[in-house]
Amino acid sequence: MNFDFSDEQKQMRDAARKFLTEKCPPKAVREVLDGKVPYDTELWKGLAEMGFLGVAIPEQFGGAGAGHLELCVIAEEMGRANAPVPFSSTVYLAAEALLLAGSDAQKQKWLPKIASGEAIGTLALFEGKGNPSPKAIKLQASGGTLNGIKKPVPDGAIADFAVVAARTGSTGRDSDISLFLVDLKAGGVEAKPLTNVDPTRGQAELTFTKAKAEPLGAAGDGWSILTQVLDRAAVLLAFEQVGGSDRALEMGRDYALDRIAFGRPIGSFQAVKHMLADMYVSATLARSNCYYGAWALSTNAAELPEAAAASRISATQAFQHCSKNNIQVHGGMGFTWEFDCHMYYRRANASALTLGSLSYWEDQLIDRMRKKNPA
Amino acid sequence: MNFDDTPQEAAFRAEARAWISANAPKQYEEELRKSSLGRTVLKGANILEVAKAWQKKKAEAGWACLHWPKEYGGRGASPIERVIWQQEEGPFGKLSGMFIIGHGMCGPTMMAYAGEEQKRKYLPPLASGEKIWCQLFSEPAGGSDVAGLRTRAEKKGDDWIINGQKIWTSGAHYSDYGILLTRTDPNVPKHKGLTMFFLDMKSPGVEVRPIKQASGQSDFNEVYFTDVKIPDSQRLGAVNDGWNVSLTTLMNERMSIGAGVATGFPELFEFCNSLMLEDGPAIEDRSVRSRLANYAVKASGLRYTSMRAISALSKGERPGPENSIGKLVAGSMVQEVAMYALDLQGAAGVLSGLEDAEVAGKFQAMLLRAPGTRVEGGTDEIMRNIIAERVLGLPGDIRVDKDVPFNQIPTKGR
Repeated sequence: MNFDFSDEQKQMRDAARKFLTEKCPPKAVREVLDGKVPYDTELWKGLAEMGFLGVAIPEQFGGAGAGHLELCVIAEEMGRANAPVPFSSTVYLAAEALLLAGSDAQKQKWLPKIASGEAIGTLALFEGKGNPSPKAIKLQASGGTLNGIKKPVPDGAIADFAVVAARTGSTGRDSDISLFLVDLKAGGVEAKPLTNVDPTRGQAELTFTKAKAEPLGAAGDGWSILTQVLDRAAVLLAFEQVGGSDRALEMGRDYALDRIAFGRPIGSFQAVKHMLADMYVSATLARSNCYYGAWALSTNAAELPEAAAASRISATQAFQHCSKNNIQVHGGMGFTWEFDCHMYYRRANASALTLGSLSYWEDQLIDRMRKKNPA
Repeated sequence: MNFDDTPQEAAFRAEARAWISANAPKQYEEELRKSSLGRTVLKGANILEVAKAWQKKKAEAGWACLHWPKEYGGRGASPIERVIWQQEEGPFGKLSGMFIIGHGMCGPTMMAYAGEEQKRKYLPPLASGEKIWCQLFSEPAGGSDVAGLRTRAEKKGDDWIINGQKIWTSGAHYSDYGILLTRTDPNVPKHKGLTMFFLDMKSPGVEVRPIKQASGQSDFNEVYFTDVKIPDSQRLGAVNDGWNVSLTTLMNERMSIGAGVATGFPELFEFCNSLMLEDGPAIEDRSVRSRLANYAVKASGLRYTSMRAISALSKGERPGPENSIGKLVAGSMVQEVAMYALDLQGAAGVLSGLEDAEVAGKFQAMLLRAPGTRVEGGTDEIMRNIIAERVLGLPGDIRVDKDVPFNQIPTKGR
């Protein structure tokens, strides 16, 4: 048994960390946070040059063809750096949907552009409040065009194309849903940026008016493909959340060592020590769940749906826990705009809601466990 | 990243599986499988005798104390082989409970500090379960603060005379030998005046009084020493170096990973999956699902944390203080799980009798045993200190008694 990343994968992690430490300091994140630019274009180009955007895309489609374990390693570093780029929407959602269900021509058209950083992609699934559900999808597909509204769509205002979930039937079954590929620059789609809790990760409303769309995957397979895409993205996003948890813990630890109160470093007070110990515990449990998710993702194991839900829940909890207590350790300073704590707190809470909320994944986990262990 | 055995590991696993299948006391398998924290009962059998018989059989075939050297009754197996054995032994491993302290802590301490002749005399019967050992460390005045102990050892000729009291001594009532930490010099700071011994628990002046626990069971004891004589030849390590000797013991405690800690989750999941509430199956209730999912990811997180530790072991890395997580998380969780399982039963949740209780008192037993798990082997608070100090590198607690001679440390708070 080797329940760990390989030395090569760890080297890739080190390379990604070094690159992001240099190219994505908190100052760069703030440029986006302050609304100066919608995302860090320089960083995006650099990620493409490093081969990180196409790490799990096969070589025949312009990627590095390394695999999903390698992508997990990169995802962790993206989360640790709080990178203000459309990585998760493009790489975890759009690219994974194309890899799972795209025709050869579709893959040939979009995947090389993703790998080279030329195209930003996203998944347009939600239509207002609520969790992923076939019933919630009202956007209509007919005669090769789409009509309706999607929101929130992650990175929707900067994306070049979207995978769109649309209604193609009225039987009340999952098979009413189909997926479509839409070139967002081709007309028929209006994008409106939406203010949201984490400005470093844009959200948008997309209005489709007779927008030209091509089917992605077979008609009626939309929900089943989506479920798989969400599971895969859940593992990958969970690695980002683990990276963010670790960084928030480190920030708290470092501050507790530096900051003196009552004549002692505050990290010598048990109340603070124990808070940090609990942060370490939740980050470690999440990391271990995610390693299992990574294994299931990389081997396409039958355990993937359960492992994905567990990774997602555990990492969501850990990132929320670590980022909120990081602020607590920092005291009043942690609540200021000029300290970096709130950037992780924002990201933790935004990440908790994309791909479906915590309660959605709790539901998924129990359903999946129950299938394996019927009463 | 994979879960496959190496060819050598696979061969070892196959050999272990075949031997266990041919030799394990299968008549108790079902009861052992169903047992949970606070509730291991074998109907119509004395568990001590069953456990000793299984240990003896293992020893005769070379499967006892896998991590010990062969000359002392072990097998010289690698840490990963030990984990494989535990996986294969499955529910029968629950019969090893009463040997854990002897095999995991007393034996390794003897190996490090006893004379060669003594090792050959005492260790094989310990490995085979013929003799049971206990560890006499904690005292009423020194639980988490082990070095604050007051049991005195005074040199008289070639012997030491012991007077004092130990407490929370697991299994002292059926133990044959014990390792004993004593104070030999009260005029120096507390860590510098301790000395370790081993002794025959049947020695004159040793009195064991079982403590009735909150659960009603008696796993622990008070042990009183009145002028107990121990020959100097049974001293472990140098005089006044007992603290370092005890650290060897405690470090070995950490090596016993991979056994898997009880979280109560499998029991709770099974319970919720079968329980009918007024509005239908409990598992279809939204709030139940949320609670279950939360416990599920803690339980799986612990399981995979332990697998990561095993992977590190198999690469020759030593397990670190990271393993304190298991006890810390599982301890509270088992307590919460038990409370929640009772809550789901409403008023009837109080009942623990076989006839009336929904799951035959399983969760009630868990509830009453759980507080002990959060205290024994280091409290939750000590575990958090260990993580904060040794993993995160935060400053140690301030110790006002650090350089103060032991006999000048205040003994009362007010």
